[in-house]
Amino acid sequence: MGIFYGFVAVVALVLLVIFGVGALGLDTLFAVVIPYAAIALFLIGFAYRVFKWAKSPVPYKITTTCGQQKSLPWIKNNKLDCPHSTWAVIGRMALEVLFFRSLFRNTKSELKSGPKLVHGDEKYLWLGALAFHWSFLIVFARHYRFFTNWECSVMTLVNNLDSFFQIGLPMLYMTDLILVGAVTFLFLRRVLSPQLRYISLAADYFPLFLIFGIAASGILMRYFMRVDIVEIKNLAMGLVGFNPAVPEGLGIIFYIHLFLVSVLFAYFPFSKLMHMPGVFMSPTRNMANDNRARRHINPQNPEVKIHTYEEYEDEFRDVMKASGLPLDKEE
Amino acid sequence: MYNSGKIIIGLLVFVLAATFPIWYNAATGQSDEYKPDPKIVVDTGYCVAETNYMRKAHMDLLNDWRDRVVRDGERFVNVQGEVMEMSLTNTCMMKCHWNKEDFCDECHNYAEVSPYCWDCHLEPKEVE
Repeated sequence: MGIFYGFVAVVALVLLVIFGVGALGLDTLFAVVIPYAAIALFLIGFAYRVFKWAKSPVPYKITTTCGQQKSLPWIKNNKLDCPHSTWAVIGRMALEVLFFRSLFRNTKSELKSGPKLVHGDEKYLWLGALAFHWSFLIVFARHYRFFTNWECSVMTLVNNLDSFFQIGLPMLYMTDLILVGAVTFLFLRRVLSPQLRYISLAADYFPLFLIFGIAASGILMRYFMRVDIVEIKNLAMGLVGFNPAVPEGLGIIFYIHLFLVSVLFAYFPFSKLMHMPGVFMSPTRNMANDNRARRHINPQNPEVKIHTYEEYEDEFRDVMKASGLPLDKEE
Repeated sequence: MYNSGKIIIGLLVFVLAATFPIWYNAATGQSDEYKPDPKIVVDTGYCVAETNYMRKAHMDLLNDWRDRVVRDGERFVNVQGEVMEMSLTNTCMMKCHWNKEDFCDECHNYAEVSPYCWDCHLEPKEVE
């Protein structure tokens, strides 16, 4: 059912733009108001959820460890898999964020005929996720050219490598193909595996369809349905300069692309996509495993009322004195 | 809030990166008023295709010309009764748009596009 809701939602969004811009002519709404609202919602919602996480107490040090802990000097410590210092945590976190190390460890168990339970590696998710996230990042960063006149030499180099094969004009970017391929793989993975299909919800399918829609409309716009890039940059520069003017005749495909991106931004803080800041906030990853060296104080510890012997003596001094008990302090 | 220092720094870096164009454009004083204006120096009143098409899709036309000339050996095209050579240098640049810097580059630089036309083609220069 989830797959159906996700698909219908994205189709409805596309139809909404076609109706809104094509039939009703709501250019300003879709080109200015909705993008502004989406970005505002994104930034505020993002910060709100991060602050909410930051306020949650972490009662125990719950680092997940996959290697030998630092202990006696003659036992070799696995720094990255069982980090003991902040630098080791940063190293592990960097590998996790940039190369998805925990997905690389993914295993699967299958029941083969016999019946025999077989355990094995499963690297496809890691590979698909890596291809998806990196190509999305490159495609995203490339869009900065519409919002500023800053020429970034790193981006120029990336773009030159990306269009290495010089196919067509404008030249084909490999990341465009990889992005669509990877998002299709991540979708098919959920559909084709019965176990995954069972646990997949509309909230899993919707972002996949949405991102597929964004990539598809972007590719259509870049390679097939021509739009006036200069006018689009004029609009984008106006938006970031808070002085937007909507050019005429931008083409419906541009509005579809922009609206789907706006929806992605607006939806982001409410969704599983918050794993982006979440990976930095997960206590199982961002804490050093130094339980035995440093005490972790549970912030939820209740305030315990204590009554010291000194106070006890003060309270019962007279009675104790009268019955001849020894006292630490006579007066 | 726990680890507030680190989290606020991280969040600040993220927000600054996300809003980079806003403060960068404001800081460097880039005006959003600037609009590229490709200059037409020789006004023959027509082009190989209509302006609206050329504005959006001239790359399709040039790509098509290149393939037809280089792969199929066709050299000429009939545009509204006039026979034209399918050549970026001889037709487009020599006849009308010899001002590459004020014409081609005007929009290409603005949209940060660097076409590889000039890997092979020479841009015409005025001879004194």
